[in-house]
This record gives sequence, C-alpha cells and structure tokens, in this order.
Amino acid sequence: MMEKQNTGTQPVLQAVNLTKRFGGLVAVNNVSLDIYPGEVVALAGDNGAGKSTLIKMISGVYRPDAGHIYLEGREITMASPLEARSLGIETIYQDLALCENLDATVNIFLGREPTKRLLGLFKQVDRNLMLAESNKVLDRLDIHIPNLRRPIRQMSGGQRQAVAIARAVYWNARLVIMDEPTAALGVPEQRKVHELIHTLKRQNVPVIIISHNLQDIFAVADRIVVMRRGHKVGDVPAGEVTDDDLVAMMVGSA
Amino acid sequence: MRLQTGEIRSSRFWLDTLSKIWAWLFLLGMVAFFSVAGDGFLTPFNIQAILANMAILMIIAIGQTYVIISGGIDLSVGWVMGMAAVISATVMNRLPESSPLWLVVLSGLFAGLLAAWIAGLVNGILIARLNVPPFIATLGMFGIARGIGFLLSGGMPVPIYVRGLGFLGNGFLLYHHPTAGWSFLSPPPGLAQAELRNLTGYFPFVVIVMLVLLVIAHITLSRTKFGLHTYAIGGNKEAAMRAGIPVERRLVAIYLLSATFAAIAGIVYNVRFTNGAANAGEAMLLDTVAAVVIGGASLFGGAGTVIGTLIGALIISVLANGLVILRVNPFWQFIAVGIVIIIAVLIDQAREKFAQE
Ligand SMILES: Nc1ncnc2c1ncn2[C@@H]1O[C@H](COP(=O)(O)OP(=O)(O)OP(=O)(O)O)[C@@H](O)[C@H]1O
Ligand SMILES: [Mg+2]
Repeated sequence: MMEKQNTGTQPVLQAVNLTKRFGGLVAVNNVSLDIYPGEVVALAGDNGAGKSTLIKMISGVYRPDAGHIYLEGREITMASPLEARSLGIETIYQDLALCENLDATVNIFLGREPTKRLLGLFKQVDRNLMLAESNKVLDRLDIHIPNLRRPIRQMSGGQRQAVAIARAVYWNARLVIMDEPTAALGVPEQRKVHELIHTLKRQNVPVIIISHNLQDIFAVADRIVVMRRGHKVGDVPAGEVTDDDLVAMMVGSA
Repeated sequence: MRLQTGEIRSSRFWLDTLSKIWAWLFLLGMVAFFSVAGDGFLTPFNIQAILANMAILMIIAIGQTYVIISGGIDLSVGWVMGMAAVISATVMNRLPESSPLWLVVLSGLFAGLLAAWIAGLVNGILIARLNVPPFIATLGMFGIARGIGFLLSGGMPVPIYVRGLGFLGNGFLLYHHPTAGWSFLSPPPGLAQAELRNLTGYFPFVVIVMLVLLVIAHITLSRTKFGLHTYAIGGNKEAAMRAGIPVERRLVAIYLLSATFAAIAGIVYNVRFTNGAANAGEAMLLDTVAAVVIGGASLFGGAGTVIGTLIGALIISVLANGLVILRVNPFWQFIAVGIVIIIAVLIDQAREKFAQE
C-alpha cells in the first residue's frame, strides 16, 4: 500500500550510500534511506547500531565519509547543524536544547528574534509579535500551554517537548528529526508527543524518530528502518511486522 | 498525593516570591531603621551623599550584572578600574596646562578605556574562544592589572594637577544659596569663600552619570537581542549555540563591557578624588558581586536585572552610610556585606534546588 502511494511522489530526503568511520570502526556502513512527504519513519536498532550517527550526518553534525544527501532532489552538503536548519532540517535533541530560564515564546524564536524600532532609536525585540506568532503555531499543532510567558523551567516534560516541536514547525521544517523524544516522559506525556507527531504528519511534514521503545514505534511509525552494526538490515512497513520480528532483526537472529 | 503536590507548588510560589522581593524589603527595613535610629539619615543632603558614594560601585556592578547573567564572573573589575585610574591620571597630568577641562577628561577617559579594553578583550577571548573558566581567566587578569597599576604608579596614588577637576567630580547640576538664590552648573557668582559653606547642591554630576549609564544598560539588557542572548547564554550555552546565537562574539562583548564600566568608574574616581590609585577598586569585587547577587541574579547564570543590582548597590551603600551615622566602626560594613551576600546565595540555591524538583 505504502509503496504504491510513494511511487510518483518525490522523496523529501534521499540519503544514498552514506558511510561514516570513526578510526577503524565503521559506525554507518553504506546506508541508503528515502523519506517521503508526511511519512513517519522509525529508526530502530540495538545500542551502538549507528542510528545517532546516521541522523547526525543528515542534520549536519557529521560530514559523511562517503555518500550523498539530496533534499527535494537537490544535493546538499552541510558544514554545521545551523546550515541544516537553514535548509529546513530541524533536529529535536533528546536534551531538547531549550533555555529553561526563558519563556516558550523566546525559545521558539531563539537566535532569530524579530525586532522593531523603538522611537526610531534602537531595535528592540518584538515580544508581542513573538507571543502572537507562538500562539498561532501552537494552535496549529493543537497544543495548549497556559501562560506562555512562564519560564520553560516551570513546564512539564511534555510541554517542553511541545515547545521544541513548535519551534521546528514554526520555521517551516521540511523534515523533523527526533532522537529519543519520549525517553524522559511519563505515559500521558508520551501520548501527547505521539499526537504531535501525528499532527506533523497531517501537515505533510515527514518525521524521522529514533526510539528504543517499541510502543513508541508502533504508535507513530509508517515505516521502520532497522540498523545493526552500521548496516541497514530492514526497511519494512510498520503494519507488516510484529514486536518479535523487529527484535529478531535488531539482534540478527532472523 | 494531590495535596502534596499542592503543598510543593505553594511553597515554591512563596520561595519564588520571597526571592524576588526580599531585597526590597531588606532595603526598606534598613532605611526605616536608620531613619529612626540615626540622626540626619533621612535628609536630602545625606540621600545625595549615599547616591554619590555608590556611583563607582554601581557603574562597575552594571558590567558585573551582564557577566553573571551570562553564567560567568569577572574577578578583575576592581584592579582593572585601578589600572585605568592610574593610566588616566598619568595622561591627564601630561597634557599641557592650557588644555580645556573637557579635553583633559576625555583624554584621560580614552586612555583608561584603551587599557581596560585590552584587559576585557583578553578575558573575553580566553573565556569564549579558549574555554578557560571565567573564574580562572579573570583571576589571572586580577593579578596582571594589579601589577600594571602598581608598576605604573610606583605603588603610590598619582595626584592629578588639573584645575577644576575636583569641582567637576564633586559638582552639582543645581546650586542654592539662602541669599544669592539658585544657579545652574556652578555656584552663584561673587560668593565669598566663607559663604560657600551655606551653599546646597542638588543632583551631583556623578549621580547623573550613574543614572544615565544605568538606564542605557537596563534598556539594552531587557529589550535588545544582545540582552536576550545574554540570558540565553547563561541559561543554556549549548542551546544558545545550536539556536545560532553567535555565543563567542557575545561573550567577548560582555567581558569588554565589564571592563568598559570598570574604566569609566576609574575615571569617576579620578575626578572625584583628583588622584588615581592602583588599589582604588580594591573593595569592588566583593561589593559588585554582592550587589548583583542581592539583586536577584543567579551565580548559575541566566537570571538577574540591572534594577535588581541597583537595589543591591543601594543596600550596600545605605548600610555603609547608616553605620557611620550610628558611629559604628565602618569596618563592620565588610562583615555585614559578607553576611548579606551569603544569605543571597543561599536563597538563590534554595530556589535552584526547588526548580529542579
Ligand atoms: N564521536 C564518535 N567517536 C568515535 N566513535 C563513535 C562516535 N560516535 C559514535 N561512535 C561509535 O559508533 C557506533 C555507533 O554509535 P551511535 O551513537 O550511532 O549508535 P546508536 O545506534 O545511536 O546507539 P544508542 O542506541 O546507544 O544511542 C558505536 O560503536 C559508537 O561507539
Ligand atoms: Mg543514539
């Protein structure tokens, strides 16, 4: 089903034969990956399988030793995560990379704050605009956070995750990458993150999610890519495999 | 269960509120106490004296506020101030006697600033580029600036022989004399030497300088990108970097700013006391950090305001003044400030601990 739907549409991201070595260790070995619009792809694999390293090549942290990356058909090379972001590849790190002392609106705009002239004298940060725009993007994602002017520190884990996702979406992410987004969350908050991923999907933004949590994976993924010792060993529609199949692929007994 | 979280919430709320307003209450309490207990405390004359005496402290504390919000500390401020004061005094003395006063002051200011900028730049580069902990980098600069100040001055204060300098440093915007009336910028002309005693001044120049710097620094910190980035860097440097904030450049600018305010304070010292001394700012490290921390800044970085620091500086200055008025040995001031700074840090830590739960 999925495959058929994909033929004809261009992938948002194509990673072709990516390889990354650390000294003698081949952390990612000749891995290719296509991501289609509105698709949620889970990256599964045991510890040290190479998931994070693969993601880091796509988000501009590492430069691949071999291989190519295409974004909407055009080859891209990224010297830094910042460059990846400016291309529309937003990564939400496990530690979220938020400033806990600042409020949600500032965090959404951090590094790209809008300004307006005050009395024609100096440029001041336009907090009202930030608040209005933050409300818009949170509405769009169906996120309700009371009092956006509170510092992030006073928010729950799920709300923080939501702010991080809202930030990615506001800046018109063409691809959102999440590394272990639910690792530190309680069950209700995990649900909330799943809902957010579904919302992103509805808006046609593709998501790559790394998770060790099989429940996570089956709750959100359309497709599951399994890695083992740097190789891609599986690429299957989520509906066609069971937990046991996945574990077997991950440990290599299939 | 529910009750418990409710309890934690409300005690956190109280702690948060307390940590925000205790300094105001403390200041009010002190003012009330000294007004009742001390003769001549609550007079316009004495209040102006308190403000004028805190100008140097407040000016340096502005820079320290930025530094501490960014998650650092500048231990070198006092000795950078002294070095700038010595250099500026030396330059003022070298100028021809016929030079106009404004030229003398500006030349001194510029020379002092130049020296301080080198110190600030070195601090900034060490901290931002080479990842030296701020405590160590500025401790090194503490020693260097101290040595340079003493070497250049031969260990003695440098008297400044410039006519009218002291008048500028201790001057007022407005003067009033019971018989000669009001005058602007200088005392009414034609007053006999003995009559000068009955003159009252309003709005000391140094207080005006302090207020202008304070307002500019407050607006910059609370409204501009630079200010916001200062908070972001102090809150989570890694996140600030990933968000694309030019963290290195901002940090260098912050330490340059701190050195700039130290140099300005050095020149204020020059004109107020008509000399430049290498150890002019010896007490400034304790006093500025105390003012900033009392004012609600966190030594963990990410929190603080210029207005808070103003309250902190007021507390220190009122304390010093009040003790003198009560004829208490002024050395008690150091002990009192030491105790207040420790209390402030304890409150900050309690708040931090609660926030993490
Ligand atoms: N910066 C690095 N330098 C050297 N080796 C590295 C580096 N980063 C990763 N590796 C190695 O590369 C391999 C793949 O690591 P990676 O972090 O990509 O695994 P992972 O699949 O994300 O594992 P986990 O599930 O534990 O996060 C591991 O053997 C790891 O030790
Ligand atoms: Mg990993």
